[in-house]
Amino acid sequence: MPVDLLNRKLLFVTGKGGVGKTTIAASLALLAAQHGQRTLVGEIDAKGNLADFFEIGPTSFKEREVSPGLFAMSMDTEESLKEYLRLQLKIPMVARMGPLARTFDFVANAAPGVKEILTIGKFLWEVRQRSYDLVVVDAVATGHITGQLAAPQAIQELVQVGLVRDQTGWMLDILGDPAQTGVVIVAAPEEMPVNETLELVDKLAAETVVDLAAVVANRVLPELFSRGEEAVFDKLNATANEQVLSKAVGGPVRPILDGAQLAVTLRRTRSVHLARLREELPEGTPLLYVPYLFQRSHGARATHQVAAHLAEELGF
Amino acid sequence: MVSTSNLATSRNKKQAGSTGSIEQLLAAKEIVIHCGSGGVGKTTTAAAAAAMAAVHHGGKVLVLTVDPARRLANALGLEAFGNVETQVPPAAFAEAGVEPRGELWVAMLDTKQSWDDLVHRHAPDPATRDAILANPLYKNITGRFVQSHDYIAMERLYEIHASGTYDLIVVDTPPTRNAIDFLEAPERMADFFSSRLLRWLTVPARSRVLSLASKPFYLVADRILGSKFLEDIAEFFLLFQTMYDGFVDRAEAVTRTLADKRTTFVVVSTLESAPVREAEFFIDALEERGLHLGAVVLNKVLPTWFLDKGATGAAKALCARADQLAAELPPKLGPPDQVARVLREVGESFLNFQVVAKREAEIRVELSAAPEVIASVPYFARDITDLAGLLELGQQIWR
Repeated sequence: MPVDLLNRKLLFVTGKGGVGKTTIAASLALLAAQHGQRTLVGEIDAKGNLADFFEIGPTSFKEREVSPGLFAMSMDTEESLKEYLRLQLKIPMVARMGPLARTFDFVANAAPGVKEILTIGKFLWEVRQRSYDLVVVDAVATGHITGQLAAPQAIQELVQVGLVRDQTGWMLDILGDPAQTGVVIVAAPEEMPVNETLELVDKLAAETVVDLAAVVANRVLPELFSRGEEAVFDKLNATANEQVLSKAVGGPVRPILDGAQLAVTLRRTRSVHLARLREELPEGTPLLYVPYLFQRSHGARATHQVAAHLAEELGF
Repeated sequence: MVSTSNLATSRNKKQAGSTGSIEQLLAAKEIVIHCGSGGVGKTTTAAAAAAMAAVHHGGKVLVLTVDPARRLANALGLEAFGNVETQVPPAAFAEAGVEPRGELWVAMLDTKQSWDDLVHRHAPDPATRDAILANPLYKNITGRFVQSHDYIAMERLYEIHASGTYDLIVVDTPPTRNAIDFLEAPERMADFFSSRLLRWLTVPARSRVLSLASKPFYLVADRILGSKFLEDIAEFFLLFQTMYDGFVDRAEAVTRTLADKRTTFVVVSTLESAPVREAEFFIDALEERGLHLGAVVLNKVLPTWFLDKGATGAAKALCARADQLAAELPPKLGPPDQVARVLREVGESFLNFQVVAKREAEIRVELSAAPEVIASVPYFARDITDLAGLLELGQQIWR
């Protein structure tokens, strides 16, 4: 029996670039908060998009409440390191060090896995401290997520002693517990996003301890016609009928028919990819559908709309 | 969500020698670098542009991609392709019904392989080379540090260009956290090799501890990672440093190539807010660095007939008077209630798409304040599965 998505403690939301990863992360977090869960949503990419989805100013490492029970932050590995040192070493070393930048560059760039572990470590720490009911991470794209999630193992292999090594045990415990942690992969019903999703499913299983929580098929176009209606449309689309119709409505109908044809073709091309996604996912993987939104922008309005669709899919 | 105010001024002026079209741009330049955020269609656009150049301009054209898309390989009539350049078989062009004036070649960036090649080239002797390649940190570090993927992409580009094999190289850039990472990668690589940090790391361990044990950063690094790991890293970099001169020279040469007059950048974006914002950021970054912005290509743009004002009224009428219209239409179309449903659906769908098309048009106006060339690729309803499809896309941006 799969764990209910929002009953987990930590969700990493990933996906190929451009599929709406941040939209889904923001909406999942909003939905959880709407249902009374104290929720943290954090973005890893330094692009600063997350703020747009809630219509708030730039987010920072220090989380802030954006709506009741919903907190947002953005990852900053240098800040994460500082917090880590303060919590772990419990000595006022940080104060003496002044700018941490040079040390940090060294630690982050020269030592493999350290930057990754500082990133996911912060979120794992929040889970460990039970500061929130749910932590949603707008994680890196499909190409980089396994490196990030596998960082604790990499550190265990490469580093024999030291603070970072000591921390990997509890991190792996949380990461590897399906009741607590899961990955949500966002896919658009197009060829490459579906390919990358399926590849990532295999890679997650092979290289990380983290459970696949769900796949979200985002921007699914509506089905315009039933089979019988499509035959009617094809007849309408013929020039003679188009002219009759244009006359009847007092305006050009051609662009409208072309628009419908485009919508039908798009839907049909994409349904092939969607079907492949459905068939090739491991049995029992929850697949949530979010429709394409014909909307003005990707602001708070869209976040609320997507949250409502997700609520429906999750049976709320 | 899209702010262009700070860009408008810098973009209004047209640079001297404006090229006017993608066709001219590709005819005049030797290196064309496609950049933009993930998922906007960089790889496809780059391949389409290169294919067009091979067909119409002739010469040897290479498309260097970072995306191991099987579909692209298949579209080019290849099973697969890798780090070594492969020629697209003339048969693929024949199938598309064109006779190219030149040749189209394709290569994919294999980061690990390229790093190995670099080590082979720069290592002072076989023993050092083998020690580096066998070092357990090597794979990890080449995969991660100093945005090595970005660096490798630019370094490969330089290498291929300098080889004098191709008339035109069209590159698609790796997806980066930050669009400008790869622009800075060569410099950063040079900085890294010249850094105090690396020098510190590679002084013998004993004197390092003696002279620097009191330094806070050593304390922190030691506490976090442990001395043993620091030793491992030091050993690795000691080996790596033997390649210092080669690397720094190379990185500088790569930087020069990017800024060369024969190099240009094509920014690819869809008309959604996030990719557009990144595109604008990138356009500014190019200007700041004195690099040449050749064109902006807008991909997956909805057809402009969605904006037809007359059709808007017609679509509304279809929705509002569907039943009445269905009764007036010839009965052989189908049962009137079914016809009415179709009319409503068709009208609704048009108005829905129009909302998106209007948003796109607005963003397009904001964006086109800037560049020399702006080209749009309409939404392709079908997947591109062959060279004909690529060329059809290329045709859209060509003039």
